[in-house]
Amino acid sequence: MEKFEKLTGVAAPLPMVNVDTDMIIPKQFLKTIKRSGLGVNLFDEMRYDDDGKEKPDFVLNRPAYRNAEILVAGENFGCGSSREHAPWAIKDFGIRCVIAPSFADIFFNNCFKNGILPITLPQSQVDMLMKDAEKGANAKMTVDLEAQTIATSDGEVIAFDVDPFRKHCLLEGLDDIALTLEKGAAIDRFEKTAETRRPWV
Amino acid sequence: MTAPKTLYDKIWDAHLVDEAEDGTCLLYIDRHLVHEVTSPQAFEGLRMAGRTVRAPEKTIAVPDHNVPTTADRLDGIKNEESRIQVEALDRNASDFGINYYPVSDIRQGIVHIVGPEQGWTLPGMTVVCGDSHTATHGAFGALAHGIGTSEVEHVLATQTLIQQKSKNMKVEITGQLRPGVTAKDITLSVIGATGTAGGTGHVIEYCGEAIRSLSMEGRMTVCNMAIEGGARAGLIAPDEKTYQYVKGRPHAPKGAQWEAALAWWKTLYSDDDAHWDKVVTIRGEDIAPVVTWGTSPEDVLPIDGVVPAPEDFAGGKVEAAKRALDYMGLTPGTKLSDIAIDTVFIGSCTNGRIEDLRAAAQILKGKKIKEGMRAMVVPGSGLVRAQAEEEGLAQIFIDAGFEWRLAGCSMCLAMNPDQLSPGERCAATSNRNFEGRQGRGGRTHLMSPAMAAAAAVTGHLTDVREMM
Repeated sequence: MEKFEKLTGVAAPLPMVNVDTDMIIPKQFLKTIKRSGLGVNLFDEMRYDDDGKEKPDFVLNRPAYRNAEILVAGENFGCGSSREHAPWAIKDFGIRCVIAPSFADIFFNNCFKNGILPITLPQSQVDMLMKDAEKGANAKMTVDLEAQTIATSDGEVIAFDVDPFRKHCLLEGLDDIALTLEKGAAIDRFEKTAETRRPWV
Repeated sequence: MTAPKTLYDKIWDAHLVDEAEDGTCLLYIDRHLVHEVTSPQAFEGLRMAGRTVRAPEKTIAVPDHNVPTTADRLDGIKNEESRIQVEALDRNASDFGINYYPVSDIRQGIVHIVGPEQGWTLPGMTVVCGDSHTATHGAFGALAHGIGTSEVEHVLATQTLIQQKSKNMKVEITGQLRPGVTAKDITLSVIGATGTAGGTGHVIEYCGEAIRSLSMEGRMTVCNMAIEGGARAGLIAPDEKTYQYVKGRPHAPKGAQWEAALAWWKTLYSDDDAHWDKVVTIRGEDIAPVVTWGTSPEDVLPIDGVVPAPEDFAGGKVEAAKRALDYMGLTPGTKLSDIAIDTVFIGSCTNGRIEDLRAAAQILKGKKIKEGMRAMVVPGSGLVRAQAEEEGLAQIFIDAGFEWRLAGCSMCLAMNPDQLSPGERCAATSNRNFEGRQGRGGRTHLMSPAMAAAAAVTGHLTDVREMM
């Protein structure tokens, strides 16, 4: 997995609540058997019209945000379907950090498996970052995972919480499966005990 | 003396493999359900790392999302990408030796209907699947939830999941439901009351007299949409109904193992003085037949209500309501029962079981759907379909003017050819009314099977109680 340490980039404002994963990547793009190449279809139905032409008003189509690396959004971001194609599309577009007042559970988990940092902040702080993001391409934010801080374009610094294990995995780019396989003996022991306790499983 | 526990606590404790100092846990997974859309990248990951499936006998795969539901599907899937995905699952199931129900098998169907039907899902188990509606299996008192593809790969390789414990939330539905009110109305009303983020960070246990009175099919409908309320999982404690449903199914325990299992299952309930982080109580008598008007499952109102105005809401929901009304083409103040529809979809992992088809058929018996209406029934599995044919339900649907389809996810997410065109408006028994969910520009109103059947007849959203 790609490491996440420190990121300085343009933040795109998406002030919508309940952005669902169908919106992030519609179903017709789930037919792929690969993880890559989904960035062009990120937010497809909001980003393109029926003829496939870009809608100029959509934030990621505006010149200032075409290379955004951070997304600031409303509450309950990533709700709905468990499709990991949503974080794959976000990452493939070039966004590595999403900031919102709250996230849906499965999407939140999926981000960490893909080198994306989702940050939960109180609504008032998200509102402040949203205003900062609205300034456009000259207003870059810096997200520092080690220090657990976000610095705005004005130099204001906001602290954020992150689960220590997930932070460690992101900073080091660790593969979950390899980590778990190191606990193979514990899994063996569990299976042995379970065989006598719940033999019908 | 041990501390009082919830049902979730008990299942969690019974599956804990390892707990790190920071609270990160490794949880053992008893059943891993797999479908064609969220698994190809996971199997590819295994191959690239030279890993195997740790417990193929606990892994069950079935294609459902992509498969066409028309009779010609056995001649091959026409859409090339869909065909490639289904063929990839055929190959992966064979290469890794996992249990498999291919498209040609009568037991094929929606993964969350096949699991319980075949007795794979049992009380007290941990069940995962790369699909958010895995919550369905919670109806059996199993801890069941959706996972992403990276986690699918993790479970395939290790039969465990890295987890952090959720909080406990109790949703109690007291008393009895009034006539015409179903499990779907319960689950939508709960989401309407708590919002789509109301359960975030929690596992919900549904309890109370109205829940106890539901059949297993109804309980599956309730748990199915726990995810739409933001919860990781929904649970209902097992009881006699659960045991009766499970007994005799192909993969249910038998003989002495059945007795041993039953003894453990009977300990699976929340202790009287267990701690709840959140409690919601709704009177069963207060629940009406409901429909959704907007583009989030929380946009729920009783059928005798009117389309709301953005000013009825606060915060970010004001803009969301404006956008939803625009997308849905609705004007505030319009009676919900005046909204005309052109499409009806009965099916999905929410409402594609035999009881759902019975409820719809009861309304449709001896009636015709409105002229020009496109209506389809997509049974949740080949076995549900066969049973409905045996009971004469299929003929009722056909006589009424419905298309009688083969099993699959179909128009719930419209990955197969069953889709809405822009502007089409559908009465659907599925679980999501998101923008574009049933097809780009398509408009979805969620409701119970009986309500969808009533709408098919009248051509507009209808209070089913007027037809009973």
